[in-house]
Amino acid sequence: MMGAEDMGVCETGTGPMIEVSGLKKYFSLYGGFWGAVRKVRAVDGVSLAIDRGGTVGLVGESGSGKTTLARTILKLTKPTEGAIRIDGVDITKATAAQETKMRSEVAVVFQDPASNLNPRQTVESSIIRPMIIHGVKKSDARAKAREVMSMIKMDEHYLRSYPHQLSGGQLQRIAIARALVLAPKVIILDEPTSALDISVQAQVLNMLLDLQESMGLTYMIITHDLNVIRYFSDTVAVMYLGKLVEYGLTEDVVGNPRHPYTRGLMGASPILDPTHRGRVKDLMPGEPGSLINLPKGCRFFPRCDKASARCESLEPHDVAVGPSHTVGCFLYDGKKAGDKG
Amino acid sequence: MTHNSRELLKLDGLSVEYRIRGGYLSAVKNVSMDIGRGEIFAIVGESGCGKSTIAHSIMRLLPDKNERISGGIYFEGENLGAYSDNQMTAVRGKRIGMIFQNPLDSLNPVYRSGTQVAEAIFLDKKDRAIVWKEVIDLYREMKMPDPDQRVRSFPHELSGGMRQRVMIAMMLARNPKLLIADEPTTALDVTVEAQILEIMSRLRADFNTSILLITHNFGIVAEIADRVAVMYAGELAEQGSVFDIFQSPSHPYTELLMKALPHQSKRAGRLQTIEGSVPRITSTSPGCRFYNRCPIASGHCENHDPPVRRLGDSHSYACHNR
Repeated sequence: MMGAEDMGVCETGTGPMIEVSGLKKYFSLYGGFWGAVRKVRAVDGVSLAIDRGGTVGLVGESGSGKTTLARTILKLTKPTEGAIRIDGVDITKATAAQETKMRSEVAVVFQDPASNLNPRQTVESSIIRPMIIHGVKKSDARAKAREVMSMIKMDEHYLRSYPHQLSGGQLQRIAIARALVLAPKVIILDEPTSALDISVQAQVLNMLLDLQESMGLTYMIITHDLNVIRYFSDTVAVMYLGKLVEYGLTEDVVGNPRHPYTRGLMGASPILDPTHRGRVKDLMPGEPGSLINLPKGCRFFPRCDKASARCESLEPHDVAVGPSHTVGCFLYDGKKAGDKG
Repeated sequence: MTHNSRELLKLDGLSVEYRIRGGYLSAVKNVSMDIGRGEIFAIVGESGCGKSTIAHSIMRLLPDKNERISGGIYFEGENLGAYSDNQMTAVRGKRIGMIFQNPLDSLNPVYRSGTQVAEAIFLDKKDRAIVWKEVIDLYREMKMPDPDQRVRSFPHELSGGMRQRVMIAMMLARNPKLLIADEPTTALDVTVEAQILEIMSRLRADFNTSILLITHNFGIVAEIADRVAVMYAGELAEQGSVFDIFQSPSHPYTELLMKALPHQSKRAGRLQTIEGSVPRITSTSPGCRFYNRCPIASGHCENHDPPVRRLGDSHSYACHNR
């Protein structure tokens, strides 16, 4: 694990905040025919970079590998292959000390706040726990807890409450407070508002944007609500069955989707304006296939209405269709021989 | 009660109160609305606003003896409140069908999905061979992949979208006039949601089925509803055509909600929020329930129920100060 020679340590403060390159995460499925081991290729060769203070939105259907990608960046699971650099440090090869530091720099907020807070502990002990683990003195931790409560605009008396006494929106703000206590550089938001009502969703999104401005946070947000993505993120990464199929600025990907899958996704997503009903939608048939028996060529081939013969046997590679807008589809490949994307 | 043949379901001053320790909690208060034949009517609101309570009281599915229901529920001109429990059983499924958020809760895990759909058709006393063919046809109509195989699948072998299709097929098997869909797509991916919504609009087009859609998702409402009722804390804040609600919201709550929706990019400014929280309302609380969060509230609103104001044919809202 150590290998101190090429830690890839570069000076912090420049370059992208998060840089994922060629990331793969395979899970093994045992108990097939004659004990055969099958591979679930949950994340299969994903590369992307997130600028400091930027927000990337990760979209895709269930099973597309969004959460696995997030968990790998959080080092909650070990990647099979590839590198993840956070602030210049490759966390897949990090030393124990670097890993501890990384854990204070990358925080996470999950979808269901009620299941992430210990029901038998007060809000305060949930909030100070990460600090205690990282060796902060208890009195300092308490002071910091009061400070983050004011950052999330909640009264200090809530520190003495238990999770069951709070509403969903309050719990989600507490979860954000807990993510903030170690002064992270990156927060991964996994469906942060899906369980919330509209007025509360607006509160939480506004708060996250305010915090980003004041603390210079970098966000990765996972959500299936494209209206939230369009509002919240600077760039969008679209995943399908473990692959990144399209990546670019939000206005490009949402406004002018190029990959047939992204078009289907955007077409299916409800628009908050009844005057747009009856628009022509590129609705996709079927549901995402299984990660176990992936098609040989393009993974989207079975559902794609623009598929040609080579899509069945060859995997497409990323093609640039604009400045910082890439698409993994043969439709945009042109005839550039030797272009390796 | 005069009955207009265009209208299928009419709620007239419906109130539902749940018994709690030391009194009653007012879950729905004095709600009146009507749903026309072949109409898609959406009830929207945040959690706890009483939208599911309305659906359950129409079907008489509320837990017994712990609630007080007043007001009238008229279906095809008949007062469902006067029906006996046995008569209600004949209404459920046959005349009013209902699908829920989580189809897995509604499907029996130890029977094949097709058998469960066939069961619904057997209720209408048909021959076994015809029934099975009908089930396969229904699956095909629901755009189920490989319908001949899927009828033999158990619920756990189906994906979420397929399970919801089975539920709709089961409901459709008896061809009810009204379908109540309680958050039918909340658990599904947007791509599958779009397919289910398409099936629902086709139901209306092909069979003139009316749909009462209960949802908190304004996107779905904008996509398929004809008319919308916005609920807040058990009261009907505003109702009107989908265009009335989205383009000229008149109740302060509806107006704030529309600005709280993420329509565009963050560069266009922060979202509107609604400060405060929903009050706990007992049956004796007077006044407008939005009072404590309303930007235009005046002293009068605290103790007096707001009047219903009409703006044209079907657009109305309840507010003192507008």
